[in-house]
Amino acid sequence: MKLYADLHIHSCLSPCGDELMTPNNIVGMAYLKGLDVIAVCDHNCARNLPAVREAAQAMGLVLLPGMELTTREEAHMLCYFEDVETCLAFSERIYAYLPDIPNRPRYFGEQLVMNGQDEIIASEERLLISALDLSFEACAGLIREHGGLCVPAHINRGTNGVLNALGFLPKDIRYDALEVCRQLPVPGVDLAGWRVLESSDAHRLEDISERGFTLEAGEKSARAVFAAIRAH
Amino acid sequence: MKISEFEAVCDAKRLTAGDSDREITAGYTCDLLSHVMGRGQAGMAWITVQTHMNVIAVASLLDFACVIVPEGLPVEAPILSKADEEGIVVLSSGKTAFELVTILAAHGVGPVSCA
Repeated sequence: MKLYADLHIHSCLSPCGDELMTPNNIVGMAYLKGLDVIAVCDHNCARNLPAVREAAQAMGLVLLPGMELTTREEAHMLCYFEDVETCLAFSERIYAYLPDIPNRPRYFGEQLVMNGQDEIIASEERLLISALDLSFEACAGLIREHGGLCVPAHINRGTNGVLNALGFLPKDIRYDALEVCRQLPVPGVDLAGWRVLESSDAHRLEDISERGFTLEAGEKSARAVFAAIRAH
Repeated sequence: MKISEFEAVCDAKRLTAGDSDREITAGYTCDLLSHVMGRGQAGMAWITVQTHMNVIAVASLLDFACVIVPEGLPVEAPILSKADEEGIVVLSSGKTAFELVTILAAHGVGPVSCA
């Protein structure tokens, strides 16, 4: 079945994410836009996913659990998991590679952890936009080791797209898909043969994708969406 | 050397307000933000090709004297507004980072003290 998706949205846990990006606001906006599946991928942390899952279940939307890792080279890499628990375990694992630099909300923004009722239950203290002490290749390996999907983020856009951060897409790494900004050129990469994901990277509610990009999945579930993206 | 002296000798353009009488106490060039966050020190001039919002956040947090953007790279208006708000001096120069470093060094600006 065809599912309308936006697989890259930031919540208020990301310091750069708007404070209105609460679990219920994100899900509500995605519902209004007619999306079937969303992925909330905060920088280097999955702590808001239990709340987003709760909100998504209440609205009949599918949450594909994910995160956006910052590699040592400051390239952004998305990872997706079959369930929230696995993603949380992975989040804890990579925390060891996140520099112990405290967030200073005045400079970088708040990092809010919420419950399913959009109540603040914690503030993540460590700055989440720091680069992990893991190379691009090592990040991909660790994602794979934990059974996740590896998708370089917005490869042709922004400072942190891999084509800008490294200048090329490293070969010899198994990617499940590439996140691409279709409006911009994709120098040096032939997209034929790749599964391409088009997502919003929304940091504000109004930037969440319209009903446009679709995935073909066996059913409307996180497992089916996960299986649809996985490289074989 | 003062920021204003640096502006004059390397024909840099000041893109924001801020205190151009401030002394540059050290120089550093690096484009990995995480690296700079761990090693930058107050009063330094930071030369970087990065021009996004977090550059201003880091410069402000660590109290750098100024940010110098080499090779005449464009800096978007919202970034400059934020820098103005934070009192961060942003300079633009047509010279490369390498040339800028040699000019700073020739005027007695040394490296940051590395841990």
